[in-house]
Amino acid sequence: MPHAPDPALAAVSRRALLRGGTAFAGGLLIGIALPVARARADEPVPTGTRFNAFVHVAPDDTVTFTLPAVEMGQGVYTSQAQCLAEELDVGLDKVVAAHAPPDQADYGSPIFVVQATGGSTTTMAWTMPLRKAGATARAMLLQAASAEWGVDAAGLTTADGVITDPASGRSLRYGQVANHAAGLQPPAGVKLKDPSRFRLIGKPVHRIDTPDKAIGKTIYGIDVVRPNMKFATLMVSPVLGGKVGPVDQSKALGVPGVRQVVVLDDLVAVVGDNTWAAMQGLASLAVEWSPGTNADLHQAQLWADIEKASEGAGVVVTKQGDAPARLKDGTLFEATYELPFLAHAPMEMTNCTVHVHDGACEIWVGTQVPGFAQAGAAKALGIDPAKVTINNHLLGGAFGRRLEVDGIVIAARIAAHVEGPVKIVWSREEDIRQELYRPLYHDRLKVRVENGRITAWHHRVTGASIMARWLPPAFKNGIDVDAVDGAAKIPYAVGDMLVEYIRNESVIPPAFWRGVGPNSSIFSIESFMDLVARKTSVDPLAFRRGMLDKDPRALGVLNLAAEKAGWGTPAPASPFGPRRGRGFALMNAFGSYLAAIADVAVSDAGDVRVTRVVVAADVGKVINPDILLAQIQGGVVFGLSAVLHGKITFAGGRVEQGNFNDYRILRIDETPPIEVHIAQSTENAGGIGEPGTVIVQPAVANAVFAATGVQLTRMPIDPALIAKVA
Amino acid sequence: MDLKINGTSRGTDVPDQMPLLWVLRDVFGMTGTKFGCGIAQCGACTVHLDGIAVRSCQLPVGAVGGRAITTIEGIGETPTGAKIQKAWLELEVIQCGYCQPGQIMSAAALLAANPHPDDAAIDAAMAGNLCRCGTYVRIREGIKHAART
Repeated sequence: MPHAPDPALAAVSRRALLRGGTAFAGGLLIGIALPVARARADEPVPTGTRFNAFVHVAPDDTVTFTLPAVEMGQGVYTSQAQCLAEELDVGLDKVVAAHAPPDQADYGSPIFVVQATGGSTTTMAWTMPLRKAGATARAMLLQAASAEWGVDAAGLTTADGVITDPASGRSLRYGQVANHAAGLQPPAGVKLKDPSRFRLIGKPVHRIDTPDKAIGKTIYGIDVVRPNMKFATLMVSPVLGGKVGPVDQSKALGVPGVRQVVVLDDLVAVVGDNTWAAMQGLASLAVEWSPGTNADLHQAQLWADIEKASEGAGVVVTKQGDAPARLKDGTLFEATYELPFLAHAPMEMTNCTVHVHDGACEIWVGTQVPGFAQAGAAKALGIDPAKVTINNHLLGGAFGRRLEVDGIVIAARIAAHVEGPVKIVWSREEDIRQELYRPLYHDRLKVRVENGRITAWHHRVTGASIMARWLPPAFKNGIDVDAVDGAAKIPYAVGDMLVEYIRNESVIPPAFWRGVGPNSSIFSIESFMDLVARKTSVDPLAFRRGMLDKDPRALGVLNLAAEKAGWGTPAPASPFGPRRGRGFALMNAFGSYLAAIADVAVSDAGDVRVTRVVVAADVGKVINPDILLAQIQGGVVFGLSAVLHGKITFAGGRVEQGNFNDYRILRIDETPPIEVHIAQSTENAGGIGEPGTVIVQPAVANAVFAATGVQLTRMPIDPALIAKVA
Repeated sequence: MDLKINGTSRGTDVPDQMPLLWVLRDVFGMTGTKFGCGIAQCGACTVHLDGIAVRSCQLPVGAVGGRAITTIEGIGETPTGAKIQKAWLELEVIQCGYCQPGQIMSAAALLAANPHPDDAAIDAAMAGNLCRCGTYVRIREGIKHAART
């Protein structure tokens, strides 16, 4: 995804910050106390007076932060709250966090423009706007206290939600002056705290979302309960793009607890008194599907199509010198790498609760894109977006899946036929088979090597464009900036350079998947680096080092990983398999630098067990070092699932996988120790949700290469190709 | 039928074949127990029957009988459940949290049966619980941390 914030967009967050004050003071909300001892932690509503789009303070001193980036496990509720609370001078224990409603003006991402959480951008996008919002609210509170006491605001101090006048010893709680303060004109250009005085930013403070999660109290979208709510489940045409033919509802309607069958042109849904009744009803529904035009869609053809596309002319992404001319002769190396379709498979499957009534629509869901959700439902129902209310929730995982609103649109279409609120829950099989998948990628690399280093470089990335569908204005000049992220600019000095992109669309719509474009770019580049190093009989790290003299941060993480993992020593023996290997990979994407070293053991049957992963990371300034570690650990596990097991394949227009038995994700007994080493850095903060996923895949593939002598070029690892021939 | 859930008796007249998962979630509104796969592959629906971890998505409610059901909402009342929940927060095991009720239920059952499990015992007991956020490294640490307290 694109990372450089467009200066023209900075106004968005500035506007959000400076609005507020008198016009938006939440008079209606004053005095509403938080419900005591809630049995269910439904999404909170801000209480008290509004200082700006992000901060409310109530008379009882409760501070509500309305957070623009959604919490899907990555810890941004906490990291965003750290930024606000640091400048506001309140304790995190006083803070109530709430998701922002759809409101592009206030909560549109300074990076994406649209209101979206993704691309490892939250820290880059929101740290400064949130710090400013907290500091501005604090300045207004100080101003109110200074007016009350008739003293200069400059002489007052704040700590833990209390304003003190050191001269007189008087103090006022924030709640006591909140109403007055929120009515004042927000000051412009308020001064931010000096980092030497940080008590929250940069500290491994505890997360604010986990206490409720540990006791089963958190309400995810799937846990929503509305008065008189019904439950539904559905089936979409199993063949991509197929339609519903004749339907016999009689048996389904005879299932106890089934209330209704909804038949739309592309799907059927059964509504009942509980999810189980709806599922039984769906299983009893006799549907004749009309497969449509994709009944002949097969995986081998999809692979062949993208390979053929990769032979065409590409759009130039990066051009330095004349690489094609220099790649006509000399010592040349060439290879191609292919990555499969992948499902996100968050543990909370697609679900959505909808109530359509009186020309309006109310939705309860967990989404990364509240604005898209609102617009999508409005369009599906033919009503004004203002008539659609989105109640967002903590997300049970997302990984890009909830950047899409296909499920919300389907739920709205079903709910339009149902009296009263209805919670629609996908089965796991339906969730996996009707996903929007990470697309296929085909990367073709060709280089010239002279005196032990690369002197000409040609990288051609072929794949579908997610941007062209998801954020059309970002798709310019035929280049998908996400698809070539990690390829357009590389840390290595490789002489003449040509990077091209070929857009290859199939009938399968592509979607962002944790790690996004760099997953394929970095996998291909780092696999290729090992191939060339081995073919020229050079140590893979020594080979890379020779081309990193102009990128000290890249060299830094390379050396840190090498030192911590003991590069140069053999991978330890493992009972899992006699062949063992150690593999390396390096990346710069999402504004972060990472290096990884993976150890593997390979059985005679070709099964691979990863026995250790060491990651070195330079991610710039850090908001919460413990969340940083958790994100890298989790990202590595996500990447291990992909490289070892992950693939979605099509046969006869149908997805061949359906549940965790055949779409395998890593289990704890396959999980190696994961060591993470952070390089101290004063550089600008980079993103960290995705890099762990990106970096571990080529590291493992290179370790398998080292262990077996075979470089696998299509993922996931196919044991048959590395089984020991008897 | 009468069910004993977290020490409280609750009556319901649902069909015997309905999995306990849906009785808890949809009939009683106890949504802490999660639906993850429906085929006992992910462990998100794990509850205890007389202290033994079971997958409630595959357990017909009619098979429960008089056995005591414990869910994530009640596990904090048991010594091992409380230890696990505390360790989970101290080590910040949790990310999205959706699978964690199941993880905590499996971990609490493990610790009750084996007060000092090693990595192999942890892996064996926890291999039926999937986590897509990838919290496994901290789950191992969390169980050992709880065992020390």
